[in-house]
Amino acid sequence: MSTNLQDAVESSVASHLHPVPSYDLADHPLPTGREEVWRFTPLKRLRGLLDGDASDGHLKWDARIPEGVTISEISTAEAAALGETLPADRPSALAVANGAGAVLVDVPAETELGEPLVVRLSGASPDEVVWGHIVVRLGLHAKATVVFEHSGSARYSVSTSVLVGASAQLDLVSLQLWDDDAVHLGQVGVRIGRDAHVRTFQATLGGDLVRVIENFAYDGPGGELEAFGLYFADAGQHIEHRLFIDHNAPHTKSNAVYKGGLQGEGAHSVWVGDVLIRKAAEGIETFETNRNLVLTDGCRADSVPNLEIETGEIKGAGHASATGRFDDEQLFYIQSRGVTEDEARRLVVHGFFADIIKKIKVPEVEERLLVAVEAELARHVATPTSVRGA
Amino acid sequence: MATLEIKDLHVAVDTEDGQKPILRGVDLAVRAGETHAIMGPNGSGKSTLAYSIAGHPKYTIISGTVTLNGVDVLTMSVDERARAGLFLAMQYPVEVPGVSVSNFLRTAKTALDGEAPKLRTWVKDVNDAMDKVSMDREFAQRNVNEGFSGGEKKRHEIMQLELLNPKFAILDETDSGLDIDALKVVAEGVNRFRGQGDRGVLLITHYTRILRYIQPDYVHVFVNGRIAEQGGPELAEQLEAEGYDKYQRISA
Repeated sequence: MSTNLQDAVESSVASHLHPVPSYDLADHPLPTGREEVWRFTPLKRLRGLLDGDASDGHLKWDARIPEGVTISEISTAEAAALGETLPADRPSALAVANGAGAVLVDVPAETELGEPLVVRLSGASPDEVVWGHIVVRLGLHAKATVVFEHSGSARYSVSTSVLVGASAQLDLVSLQLWDDDAVHLGQVGVRIGRDAHVRTFQATLGGDLVRVIENFAYDGPGGELEAFGLYFADAGQHIEHRLFIDHNAPHTKSNAVYKGGLQGEGAHSVWVGDVLIRKAAEGIETFETNRNLVLTDGCRADSVPNLEIETGEIKGAGHASATGRFDDEQLFYIQSRGVTEDEARRLVVHGFFADIIKKIKVPEVEERLLVAVEAELARHVATPTSVRGA
Repeated sequence: MATLEIKDLHVAVDTEDGQKPILRGVDLAVRAGETHAIMGPNGSGKSTLAYSIAGHPKYTIISGTVTLNGVDVLTMSVDERARAGLFLAMQYPVEVPGVSVSNFLRTAKTALDGEAPKLRTWVKDVNDAMDKVSMDREFAQRNVNEGFSGGEKKRHEIMQLELLNPKFAILDETDSGLDIDALKVVAEGVNRFRGQGDRGVLLITHYTRILRYIQPDYVHVFVNGRIAEQGGPELAEQLEAEGYDKYQRISA
């Protein structure tokens, strides 16, 4: 009875913003670009990834595997049998259909990893199509930090399913440090177990076009999510992050903070944060924040927070979005202490990103990102005349 | 002798409806070793004077001059003014996410001195400065002003005043919103700064309360964008008793 009720609730209110998840390609027709979920994406630059041509191309996996975790190859049917999250768009459905099986990263119940699992994935050429299918599973009370780092170049579409058991703790970091010509379409579906605590961090600095979709839902009450993101769009780059947090269980929490920087002609970032609070989700708490720092003319930052609320019996729900140039008051304050305008800008921008990077809590990754962000900034912040204006 | 001199200063603020005149001819000279209190009702232009001297971009100088030892301040950038020896303790110190107090102070000190401070003595200097204004040393690792209470922000300003040790300090309503203990801490910091003998202070305040702890040499009554009256410390006592009413009636 209660199961039926739950089904009825879930199916009747599925957010209009989100297509129904399915393995069946027929449920994910070729987009025209007018669909809500595709309206910001330059489809031509996907370079045929939506056509779904078969390919046996792979990214090179280089993993540092701590004791307690196993990595194995499983069939598509086995992945489905694990109860993985279903593809919510065409690229991820294609990734599963063409992937010829999945990689399973398995952290058994009661296992606590002593150090992060770091997987370095690299591609050799932007002409190679690669279909990826990954399942990460944490058992009851397991505790793990998992880092995926992407570099090199590829045309890569990946469906990642993350199944977090009850009372488990997962820190999931994904770094998109691609070369300038890579295309990356990624869907990350996360199921958060009862009383589990999940922290995610998406960092996207490289690539010609990167589109990462994160879908979060809860498998029971008490689950907690912290979703962080950092992106930096340079001239001509399209970087898109969409998240959908489905508060489908009572007394769950979510907090999302994404920060972006843009510089150079045609730099385009998209951040869409959808939060759905279902009728069943009493006593939940959610907040999402997106901040974009526009460093030069010629950039475009789209920032779209959405909140759909179906019950008023919650602790709190809100969002904040701000896109702008340097804060004059911050610059004035720092300059009034004798610091030059250039140096003040550098300090403000560095702080803007350092503030989010420190949420990663994996020192080697934090350092890597700080260096990468400094390298990005070296291109423009050093020449403040180009950021004046407006 | 070092002097901060303001002559016939007219300033407008940029608003959405265009420029709105605020200062209407301010004349004031602060010599090294002197403390001047500027008192006036809300909206009289006191803070505009402070921001204009420091070079805030929101304010446009219409006419008049500000000089430091005879050198034109108004053509200097904000940071050049600071390096020339001016300091503004702000009424509303700004939060700077992701920048630690420690990093902020070191960057400022390096900019002012033209070289990085020696690490060993610097850490001690920062700790001493924090101890003096009763700030927990843990604040050095916090982001600048982020999550600070009103009193902590003001103590942080005075800590910077002592650590950076400028020639002239402008304190913009540093006393507002402080409880009596915090007010004493702030006043002691300002008095240590003055105690060096050759420093100038422009103390902007709405209330006479802080003048019990910081004795000014001169008091100026600021009304409607200009100085309406000036005198010695006794003028503050008169304001305490009578308020600003009579000046506002005159100017209206």
